[in-house]
Amino acid sequence: MPTRLKEVDVVIVGLGWTGGILAKELSEAGMRVVALERGGLRSTNPDFAIPQIRDELKYAVRNALMQNPARDTLTFRHSPAEPALPMRQLGSFLPGEGLGGAGVHWNGVTWRWTGIDHAARSHYEQRYGKGFIPADMPLQDWPMSYAELEPYYDRFEHTAGVSGKAGNLRGTTQQGGNVFEQPRDRDYPLPPLEPSYSQVLFNEAAAQAGYHPFPRPCANASRAYTNPDGARLGACVYCGHCERFGCEANAKGSPHITVIPKAMAQPTFELRPHSWVTKVMLDSTNKKAIGVAYTDVSNGQEYEQPAAIVALCAYAINNVHLMLLSGIGNPYDSATQKGVVGKNYCYQPGGGGVTLFFEDEIFNPFMATGAFGIAMDDFHANDRFDRAAMGAVGGATIIVGQSNGRPIGYRPVPAGTPRWGAEWKQATAKWYLRAMNIGVTASNMPHRYNAYDLDPTYKNVFGQPLLRLTYNFVENDKKVVAYVGSKAAEIARSMKPTSMTGPGTLGDYNIVPYQSTHNTGGAIMGTSPANSAVNKYLQSWDVPNVFVVGASAFPHNSAYNPTGPVGALAYWTADAIKMKFRNRPGLMT
Amino acid sequence: MKNNRRDFLKTVGTVGATGLAAAVTVEPAEAQSPAPPTAKAAPVTQVAHAYTFFTAPEAAFIEAAVDRFIPADELTPGGTDCGVAIFIDRQLAGAWGSGDRMYMQGPWQKGVATQGYQSPLTPAEFFRAGIAAANTHCRNTLQKDFDRLTADQQITVLKDMEQGRVTFDAVSAQEFFNLLLATAMQGFFGDPIYGGNRDKAAWKMIGFPGVVAIYSEHIKTYRNKKYDVEPKSILDLS
Repeated sequence: MPTRLKEVDVVIVGLGWTGGILAKELSEAGMRVVALERGGLRSTNPDFAIPQIRDELKYAVRNALMQNPARDTLTFRHSPAEPALPMRQLGSFLPGEGLGGAGVHWNGVTWRWTGIDHAARSHYEQRYGKGFIPADMPLQDWPMSYAELEPYYDRFEHTAGVSGKAGNLRGTTQQGGNVFEQPRDRDYPLPPLEPSYSQVLFNEAAAQAGYHPFPRPCANASRAYTNPDGARLGACVYCGHCERFGCEANAKGSPHITVIPKAMAQPTFELRPHSWVTKVMLDSTNKKAIGVAYTDVSNGQEYEQPAAIVALCAYAINNVHLMLLSGIGNPYDSATQKGVVGKNYCYQPGGGGVTLFFEDEIFNPFMATGAFGIAMDDFHANDRFDRAAMGAVGGATIIVGQSNGRPIGYRPVPAGTPRWGAEWKQATAKWYLRAMNIGVTASNMPHRYNAYDLDPTYKNVFGQPLLRLTYNFVENDKKVVAYVGSKAAEIARSMKPTSMTGPGTLGDYNIVPYQSTHNTGGAIMGTSPANSAVNKYLQSWDVPNVFVVGASAFPHNSAYNPTGPVGALAYWTADAIKMKFRNRPGLMT
Repeated sequence: MKNNRRDFLKTVGTVGATGLAAAVTVEPAEAQSPAPPTAKAAPVTQVAHAYTFFTAPEAAFIEAAVDRFIPADELTPGGTDCGVAIFIDRQLAGAWGSGDRMYMQGPWQKGVATQGYQSPLTPAEFFRAGIAAANTHCRNTLQKDFDRLTADQQITVLKDMEQGRVTFDAVSAQEFFNLLLATAMQGFFGDPIYGGNRDKAAWKMIGFPGVVAIYSEHIKTYRNKKYDVEPKSILDLS
């Protein structure tokens, strides 16, 4: 029999960025908050101390900070006609586990999404006509405008210590920033980092070609910084061990050094690690959540935690899984296109990038930070970029980052080089320092058949059905990658490399090689229960005391990394709970 | 040419078992008593080279394979001398080899390549089956185990596996090749704490400076300039 615990005001499932923000905001407002984190506790010292943290095999290859698929994973197939099989090892994406979640091991790229993103369907319909959006692309507007979310983007940028340069201050264009961005009320809290040599070269070439390159906004602190809550970040040392690692310098904006310690300082907050939530418990009407059921994975003991509010703040994938396991909202069925929970799963198509090899240039790829870079938004946020010429909805950013030169994973060689043997060794020794990459990050529009549901066959260690993912890249994605990839290649050629490889073409989605941890959708936000699982406050339409916070709420994926709006939406939801729901529980409008 | 592992075992064959056991026997009382304060221990220079997972024929296969992947040349010693075979042995004997952090529940279906690893075998079992299958293939086609072939023959066999030109019964030849190559590269390029990349040979080869990584100023001053330092590993700093 599970042990029934004393009721609290709020139970938070998962303590990463979103859970950490809600934990801080709601406990500081005097609400009694319990956070249940499936993984263990951890802190910069000793868990991310050097030299042990600089272990590529342990952290970047064996994924020490990530979800353990032995306990829970998902199944995958390309289309409903095929059998879905379990993802037996992590590969394509890396959900985090443990205090701070993926906010510990992320790279730190922090975008505000475009005006087009916030009004996706209406923008394309007005500009290109209703017929431009394919019938099998269930694209929809965000339920709030960019202007409504602007103060919350600002709050997250200042919490996480984002380095960057404004491109649009209250409507005035700022040269050197992203001139295509929406207006911001003030600049980033920190100036950009020093660019790498590869970024200097790309910046020149892109400007020469008439584009508008700018420093990519990133939560790698360009200097020591104290955030508005008094949390202190160190200056980034360009160590090249960012994504998949914790930062020993506290220079990466992460919840375990910002919002979570602030929550921990509140007497109204309690954190329970090793607590795996298996279900949201509903009352007999199925319209009200009464708490959550969880298992302490360190001893197998089962508990029930009653709460007035349940906030699902797990990884985007796990949020959707918990909704389906708990019977919250109508499950989506791609055959009938009825239901909402599980629809509009999106990801981040790559493949359009180019690798350049220069006989006479030295790039020192190991001098790197997770997120610094020179980006250009001319084929994405730029409203004047004609999508009719591309023949597709969306766009892509072109970026030169330099996230690491860790040699198990990073060993560029020219096309046609063998993968092993004497010739491979010669090429690896020659080109390791002399190569750079121009990346293409494409948006991903929803597709009727790209969706989650529960798997009929495979179970997790708690005996519950695994989540089943049906997903593939579609024609729209291939056109975006091909079009913007060709633009990246033009810039690359103008840089006169000795040789270059790419751009590739986008084939079928493959769950094996790492691509990005940018899994979005499944519990999308919208304007009515007919088109969405949650409303504009990320509140379940069907069970209004359940909030589902994170990238699971995105109706589509932008050509950007997701964490900026994820953080902004968490602050937005926290404010709605504090200022509205707390006084008048029920569906907010 | 160096003796290979199998020749060595043949040489020590008759006295092998008892002789080696006697050589490592330690008197319990002596081992437990603390050393006198003035005594100086001899510096430890020995590098682990005995296998804990592989049998002798399996080790011979792996050593030959990693020497073809990473041939000795002016850049580095061969894969075996860089500790790559020992690295693979340690990985297979440890948590990863026994399927830690893998979803191992059935039912089992082959699936398509884009669905990833679907074998019911742990990585250790998969390696064992792969080595046996590759040796069977070599005996059937060339009348010898893999490690007994000439280097050129070994290269041909490895290329056939890599390109999917041969099929094995027990495991996919191509999948085994890919896992073998990936694991060998982890050993060659990973930190020497795991037994591979001995003397940081791979890091010196490419110019990776290792784990001391404070480049706040260097990011500017080393634009288009080689950063020549003696690489440092976790092992060096621990």
